[in-house]
Amino acid sequence: MASFSNVLEIDGLTVSYRRGQKSLDAVRNVSFSIAAGQSYGLVGESGSGKSTLALAIMQYLPENGLVTGGTIRLGGQDLAALPREQMQQVWRDQIKLVPQDPGASLNPSLRIGDQLDEALCDGNEARDELRQRSLEQLRQVRIADPERVAASYPHQLSGGMQQRVLIAMALARQPSLLILDEPTTNLDVTTEAVILDLVRDLVHGQRTAILYVSHNLGVVASICDRVAVLYAGELVEDLTPQQLRRRPLHPYTLGLLDSVPRLGQRAGVDPLLPIAGTIARLDALPAGCVFAPRCPIAQQLCRDLRPELEETPEGGLVRCHRWREIAAGMVDARADRPAAVASQNGVSGAASALRTEALVKHFPVRRTLAEALRRTPARQVHAVDGVSLQIGQQRTLGLVGESGSGKTTAARCIVGLVERTGGQVTLFDIALAPGLDRRDAAVLRRLQMVFQNPEEALNPHRTVGDVLQRPLMRLMGLSAGEARQQAGELLEAVRLSSAYLDRTPGQLSGGEKQRVAIARAFASNPDVLILDESVSALDVSVQASILNLLTELQAEQGSAYLFISHDLAAVSYLADDIAVMYLGQVVETGSAEQMLHPPFHPYSEALLSAVPRIDAAGPERIRLPGDLPSAIDLPSGCRFHTRCPRLLGDICRTQEPPWQETAPGHRYRCHIAPDELTAMQVSSGEQNGWPRREMGEASR
Amino acid sequence: MSRYVARRLAFLVITLLLTSLIVFVVTQWLPGDVARVILGREASEPALAALRAELGLDKPLPLQYLSWLGRFLTGDWGTSYSTGLPVRDLVLERAGNSTMLAGLTLLIAVPLSVFLGVVAGLKADKPLDATISIGSLAVVGLPEFVTGLILIEVLALRLHLFPANSSIRPGTGFFEALPQLVLPALTATFVLLAYVTRLTRAGVVEEMRQGYVRTATLKGLPRRTVVGRHVLRNALLPTITVLAISFGWLIGGLIVIENVFNYPGLGRLMTFAIDRRDLPLMQAITLLTVLVFALANLGADLLYAALNPRIRLE
Ligand code: SF4
Ligand code: SF4
Repeated sequence: MASFSNVLEIDGLTVSYRRGQKSLDAVRNVSFSIAAGQSYGLVGESGSGKSTLALAIMQYLPENGLVTGGTIRLGGQDLAALPREQMQQVWRDQIKLVPQDPGASLNPSLRIGDQLDEALCDGNEARDELRQRSLEQLRQVRIADPERVAASYPHQLSGGMQQRVLIAMALARQPSLLILDEPTTNLDVTTEAVILDLVRDLVHGQRTAILYVSHNLGVVASICDRVAVLYAGELVEDLTPQQLRRRPLHPYTLGLLDSVPRLGQRAGVDPLLPIAGTIARLDALPAGCVFAPRCPIAQQLCRDLRPELEETPEGGLVRCHRWREIAAGMVDARADRPAAVASQNGVSGAASALRTEALVKHFPVRRTLAEALRRTPARQVHAVDGVSLQIGQQRTLGLVGESGSGKTTAARCIVGLVERTGGQVTLFDIALAPGLDRRDAAVLRRLQMVFQNPEEALNPHRTVGDVLQRPLMRLMGLSAGEARQQAGELLEAVRLSSAYLDRTPGQLSGGEKQRVAIARAFASNPDVLILDESVSALDVSVQASILNLLTELQAEQGSAYLFISHDLAAVSYLADDIAVMYLGQVVETGSAEQMLHPPFHPYSEALLSAVPRIDAAGPERIRLPGDLPSAIDLPSGCRFHTRCPRLLGDICRTQEPPWQETAPGHRYRCHIAPDELTAMQVSSGEQNGWPRREMGEASR
Repeated sequence: MSRYVARRLAFLVITLLLTSLIVFVVTQWLPGDVARVILGREASEPALAALRAELGLDKPLPLQYLSWLGRFLTGDWGTSYSTGLPVRDLVLERAGNSTMLAGLTLLIAVPLSVFLGVVAGLKADKPLDATISIGSLAVVGLPEFVTGLILIEVLALRLHLFPANSSIRPGTGFFEALPQLVLPALTATFVLLAYVTRLTRAGVVEEMRQGYVRTATLKGLPRRTVVGRHVLRNALLPTITVLAISFGWLIGGLIVIENVFNYPGLGRLMTFAIDRRDLPLMQAITLLTVLVFALANLGADLLYAALNPRIRLE
């Protein structure tokens, strides 16, 4: 069924990894094709085989990886059969990869311009001419000052800028196939949004075929013409984004959708429905349907017989015995609603569990000798600049902002890992000392933190059991036996079996380590728990169960949370109140409800409109130009004025904006008064509470 | 950058002053009376006293130090007790010889060990890598005098390729001395080889794992371009630093090798000076060696910074 318009045709592809004597099939019998100008999204969690698939297509598998079945055809040519020299040609001219980690993907010791020249070079053009084309290419990815960027080394650019450079490189020779492997995963939402727009625009109307690999259904649905869902190495469903939004048929796809919080979804009202269990291991695949052990509607047939990929009347493909029943609405394939997800019990206005007043952290910048002689005043990084937060008992405060906004430093000052420069931190009515060493053990127990990077918190030489039992025995006074029992229960709560008690952190995956770190924080039954991007790196189904777990434990133990995340949807799912930070300051705070409706601070507005969403279409959103300014030389007046889409004029550049109060508890810091701001934001075609508006039309 | 260099140079001067002080004090406290060493066991007390006065050995130590330092800085390094010759001529002559040997060693060792290291790194965990690694480790296990003697036995006595004795006459130029330089240089190479090879291998293995290698490969560049233009630039950074530092060792630290081959370098002069308790000679050699070490370190740091744009010197 070879069709000439298909750029890429994958047929029955199986990819295996050698592990000692064994051979594990990481991708099994996958077929799909992508036509010229089409964009195809590949979605899956870790272990789904999506990256293996992308690398197999690139013919760049690791040494122990091998295509053991099927064909990969690019423009009719079987790539697996190509000798290395010809594959080099294909790499140069036809297939391009935009990787996940832009920083690591550029050579640190070569200037950007040279690296770009290399990608463009045919081997015989003059240097100047080549450089001109490189600069042109940088302009294409909307880099405003290509000369400066070309002369820079990678470490001098922000992550978003590096990713643009890589995209420029990839598109340099107008490839027939562009593979994007989680290209925005490590970027801020605002940067992600800009990059996604860029990809969308650059390929629009081109003949380049796109394979977009991601764990994020929202991103894929907003960019691609077709979406394929991969589970444990198999393609389980292939459908259009419209079908995905309206009516996916495979229980796994449904499970994924129900695991991701939508913007505005609230834990207490509409809980996430996480997928039970964990992904099947490649060396212990079920005999029947690979999803059967986790499927809420599995039957005996499912366990005995592996389903085939079948075509649906709507033109999709689905691998499930029961898809007809699901399509007809005869069975509900959604996971059970978790029993114990209680609504938030915290009472607004109740006594605060944790309070910061005018919290300040400045890091000194070292002066050079000459500066010291000239008596140039010492300069400071204004990481946190007068932040006042309040978390009520048993309530959750969500803290959002781009990286560099100071949210992590603020958290570290609160727990005492970083000594604050000024301000107060109060836990119930205890004033906390700046440094950890001057806080007593009781305070340490009552205030716990889970980090973004679990390595920081886990001693590699202790078993998981040790890690969990120690606080239980020391702080909670349990006996060794009780502690072990309790540790096992904590593990179950974070969806790890008690078999993990005897493992060391080295034997765990990143996600598993993070879950152990969360379990450990709960072991000491804290009054206040700070979660700093603690669930961001987890697979969505695990993330969902942890978010629900947090809600449950809060109801049970009455802890208050400070939930720090760049993921606004997750924050608004969990938090009762939200604070938005920009360049060391809080620019808006209010209840989660208030924060999702106008008026918003212009920065919050931009953050909200940058969230990739599966349930809404339309790219006309607010985009922030440029990168976060330096926290050393802060912008004058309103710190946001260099990027603000609603900039008023000189007043923003010269005068610090006042707090504006819109309703009890909701305040933002801007020169625009609430009614005016509401009018602007509502009139710009706002829908469901968030605006859609092009940046260029912003009133100036 | 220039500020950094200035600071490092100031630091270097302080180091040298401190070393000179230590050297001076320690050499003064070495057991044994210099005057007696020079005049012999049978010398009379008045003759000894006269010589001590002549050498300034009767003055207080600080004064001795200052005047010695002053003379040293103005180029008067004193007279060797044991030979009666000016120390400066002796030391500079030998330093020239040492530089020739160090130069030839680097000429052999750098390309060889870098080549072996890169090959081993590119073929990591393949038979070729194992051969290179085991081979270079076997060589490093042998003490210098053993490798030296083996080389003499095989290359000089059996095959008659190079002379076994490297005692060149004063004033011999590099090319004239070349045949006699080869064996000691090879011996020194063996000492460096294993270390530099392994360091290079580690650098290459580490860098080959980096994402930018994938980017470069997927640009469709041929492998030699990927390695030559992208990988080596980063992988060789530690190697270059170590080589620059090893220059100091090659100048001042080849005592065993120079003795095995009878090569008139600084190392042997030092042995000689220690044997004779020739204080002015020992002081001058030590200071010169420390200077070379310090300069080699500074050179290594500057080179590293120049090659690595991520380092900003302040
Ligand atoms: S085949 Fe059965 S177990 Fe598999 S997804 Fe369909 S219903 Fe669930
Ligand atoms: S004060 Fe001005 S620059 Fe700042 S957020 Fe408001 S409108 Fe934008």
